[in-house]
Amino acid sequence: MTDLWEVFVRPRRGLSHTHVGSLHAPDAEVALRHARDLYTRRQEGVSIWVVPAAAITASSPDEKDAFFDPAADKVYRHPTFYQVPDGVPHL
Amino acid sequence: MDHDLLTQVDDAERDLHAAASRRVAAGEDLAAYFDAVIAADQKIEPRDWMPEAYRKGLVRQIAQHAHSEIIGMQPEGNWITRAPSLKRKAILLAKVQDEAGHGLYLYAAAETLGITRDELVDLLLTGRQKYSSIFNYPTLTWADMGAIGWLVDGAAIVNQVPLCRCSYGPYARAMIRICKEESFHQRQGYEILHTLAHGTPEQHAMAQDAVDRWWYPSLAMFGPPDANSTHSAQSMAWKVKRFSNDELRQKFVDMTAEQVRALGLTLPDPELRWNDERGHYDYTQPDYDELSRVIKGDGPCNRQRMAHRRRAHAEGAWVREAAAAYAAKRTS
Repeated sequence: MTDLWEVFVRPRRGLSHTHVGSLHAPDAEVALRHARDLYTRRQEGVSIWVVPAAAITASSPDEKDAFFDPAADKVYRHPTFYQVPDGVPHL
Repeated sequence: MDHDLLTQVDDAERDLHAAASRRVAAGEDLAAYFDAVIAADQKIEPRDWMPEAYRKGLVRQIAQHAHSEIIGMQPEGNWITRAPSLKRKAILLAKVQDEAGHGLYLYAAAETLGITRDELVDLLLTGRQKYSSIFNYPTLTWADMGAIGWLVDGAAIVNQVPLCRCSYGPYARAMIRICKEESFHQRQGYEILHTLAHGTPEQHAMAQDAVDRWWYPSLAMFGPPDANSTHSAQSMAWKVKRFSNDELRQKFVDMTAEQVRALGLTLPDPELRWNDERGHYDYTQPDYDELSRVIKGDGPCNRQRMAHRRRAHAEGAWVREAAAAYAAKRTS
């Protein structure tokens, strides 16, 4: 069977491409055509990306490891961490 | 239907967000983690650890669903060249094309569980995996296109809407796409029947005949009664399945018993009547012995469907080979 491609569709101008699924195709050009036929039969998009599935590097073998832990104890990165005195508007 | 579906998906998403705000305890024990994700109504994703039986059960279910979409193109494909007008023909073509698309979404979802497309195609062609029993019935008249859209796709929607909330992420996402597209299928079927039922007496009779033939096979699509359903209990515990076969069948009966009125047709069940006490319609069960015969391969069209699928696959070999040769030529 031919290569696996991941398909990303931009629903409309101003939005980012979103993963919609995958398909098999022998090359990028055919993958694009298949993606149009398979994932945009009802004008679901204005632009399509196809990416060879093998070219994607994922952060972790399962999706719960310590990779994201360093962000967990840095609550001061959120604006809600800071107290604003009463009577200070637009801050 | 569309409104109904989107509301249900919205409700389910709200549940998910609520569940996400509770925290899934990330213990070292993989099985405990899996159970916690299921318990919190979160999604299992392809690279998560999962019990082997969960993986195998999903491969079986998603593959069977994909095969059903692919084989399901045949009963309707039978009428494309004989559609009564260009408009009806274009609509039927679009519907059959959707079914091919649904098959492909589902094969891609199954492949995330570590089985290849070649293996899946082979399992279908060698008869080791099944497809829905309903597609082993013949489409004798144009009215059957209406009955299939209204009853068969209607039953499929009742089955499939809860699958949009299934615990396996890729399957749930594929089902959301599919359900959105299915509501066009159901409506076009209803419109075909409505047009025929309000046409000449012969057309009315043709519509009634189609409903008479498709009613019980559609009820059988929900599978055996709960007491005899082999895969149900574990599937419910893992939140792949959300409602039992009998609950879904009842839901379908309650909907269609009311939709049939505007058609001016009747459902072929003398026992069909509203039961105030239960708050549901009483109805006659389909013939489950017939269902098991059809599943085992002895329906009216089983052999024809499989022979056609094998021939189509063999005759398409040159297309697959040409595409591969073209790709090889361009990369070398």
